[in-house]
Amino acid sequence: MIEVKNLLRKYGEKIAVHNISFSVERGKIWGFLGPNGAGKTTTMRILTGYLPPTEGEAYIAGYDVVKYPLRAKTHIGYLPEIPPLYNDMTVKGYIGFVAELKGMKGKEKQRGVGAAIEKTGLAPVKKRLIKNLSKGFRQRVGIAQAIVNDPAVLILDEPTIGLDPAQIIEIRELIKSLKENHTVILSTHILPEVTQTCDGVVIINEGQLRAAGSISELQKKFKEQKGIYIKTEPALEMGQLQMVAGVKSVKADGNGYKIYWEDESLGEKALFEYVKVKDVLLKEWRIITPTLEDLYLKIVSSDKGGIQ
Amino acid sequence: MRNIWTITKKEIKTYMNSPIAYVLISVFLLISGYFFYNMIWWFNSQSMAMMRNPYYAKQLNINRFVFEPMFHNISVVLLLIFPLLTMRLFSEEKRSGTEELLYTSPIKNSEIIIGKFLGATTVLIVMLLFLSVYSIFGFIYSKPETIPLIMGYLGLLLMGMAFISIGLFFSSITENQVVAASLTFGMLLLLWVLSWSGQAAGPQLKPILTYLSFFEHFKDLPRGVLNLTDLVYYLSVTYFGLFLTQSYLESRRWR
Repeated sequence: MIEVKNLLRKYGEKIAVHNISFSVERGKIWGFLGPNGAGKTTTMRILTGYLPPTEGEAYIAGYDVVKYPLRAKTHIGYLPEIPPLYNDMTVKGYIGFVAELKGMKGKEKQRGVGAAIEKTGLAPVKKRLIKNLSKGFRQRVGIAQAIVNDPAVLILDEPTIGLDPAQIIEIRELIKSLKENHTVILSTHILPEVTQTCDGVVIINEGQLRAAGSISELQKKFKEQKGIYIKTEPALEMGQLQMVAGVKSVKADGNGYKIYWEDESLGEKALFEYVKVKDVLLKEWRIITPTLEDLYLKIVSSDKGGIQ
Repeated sequence: MRNIWTITKKEIKTYMNSPIAYVLISVFLLISGYFFYNMIWWFNSQSMAMMRNPYYAKQLNINRFVFEPMFHNISVVLLLIFPLLTMRLFSEEKRSGTEELLYTSPIKNSEIIIGKFLGATTVLIVMLLFLSVYSIFGFIYSKPETIPLIMGYLGLLLMGMAFISIGLFFSSITENQVVAASLTFGMLLLLWVLSWSGQAAGPQLKPILTYLSFFEHFKDLPRGVLNLTDLVYYLSVTYFGLFLTQSYLESRRWR
């Protein structure tokens, strides 16, 4: 549905996006991750045809965005970082205008506008002027304009930025519900958001693609491993813990320790035996599963250290 | 065609929803009404004076003494207020980020440009329609010739379209509306005063400078004469402005 090959974009001499390639299949939600200025927005702008790439190709629903921009654009719904709203239009008038821009007319337009308002829960405010709406509603109007022509591909640039927690959850649910009919790419800084909504993730840093794939694939690839968080009273000695059979490393964390194994299947039992022998009170015993956050920090911070 | 109409419709609605168009049209009508009143008053007093001499009275012509100078004055008023009408056309889209919607929709840049141009031209036409009320008074109290009047309005329309297309271009190069208006205003003034420096310039330069000036081409139209050169001049300035806008929008994306 979305295919990107060796994308390169320069602003003058500065390279904003360097040789990025990935593809997203139909009906999936993919998250774009990366620090500010990593090239997420530039990549999205190339996909939507707002900016042409300096080199490389991008395909939306099979159409090259440079060679057939008008055809590619009919299959895209795009929510830029700043929702492109006309403040002196009413919600309904605005969505109708966007529908016309996308080439809809007559009954098709009416249906599209009605459905977009329905899905995004804008019915109570549809006659209000956009300038009088709260930030959460403005964001919804932005999403409504993106889905008005039922495009195959939805590109959302930071759809939950600046919203309060309740609104974030609403928008997140909305995006999840769009998955059935659309292929979605969204960019965000909020890592749990990606874990909760996305099927796959693309991590970009300094204009380069650092990782792409489903979250479990990435965890395998970067050898993130499971471990145990243990907290006892009185506390155990770190040196002794390291001697326990099968333990690879021990890290102090608060009042407890994070313990990682050479071999996950053997270590846990040995540690449990050890705690029993020591006869201390076991306050906490928790399995640590590597989060996307760990993965992300690992990838992004390794760049900072100059390790390529 | 439908895409152009979508944009034009939106521009007209925006003008209607904001005070800009109302204020500009009112100011325009106020000033042109003042001119018209003064001309008529002067013409009246002259008529009274000339009643004593039937030979001179025949020379008096409402077209020549009222409408012709009025058209000239109004063309200057248009020059002064049109930068304010066109300044927001692209600048505002740029500043508020709505240009991202326009440029990612399945619609050509040329359609956006022409749509916006026609939107502003609609306001111009509304202004001229209101203005034509003055000439109705002319018909009630006198017998003006119709052709020079129609040509005068046509001339204002053509000149206004040229102003709009220049304003459109300057609006496309900046996100600051004041900058857009200032540049447009400067350019229009320059094109106006070119013919003055044309008087002082050498024999080679003089015809060129004179040709480029806006108002040189507005001499014959209010007299009822439609020269092909005047028509070509206004239409080519309009086309040139639209073309520059198109080139700029295309090139900007590649930088």
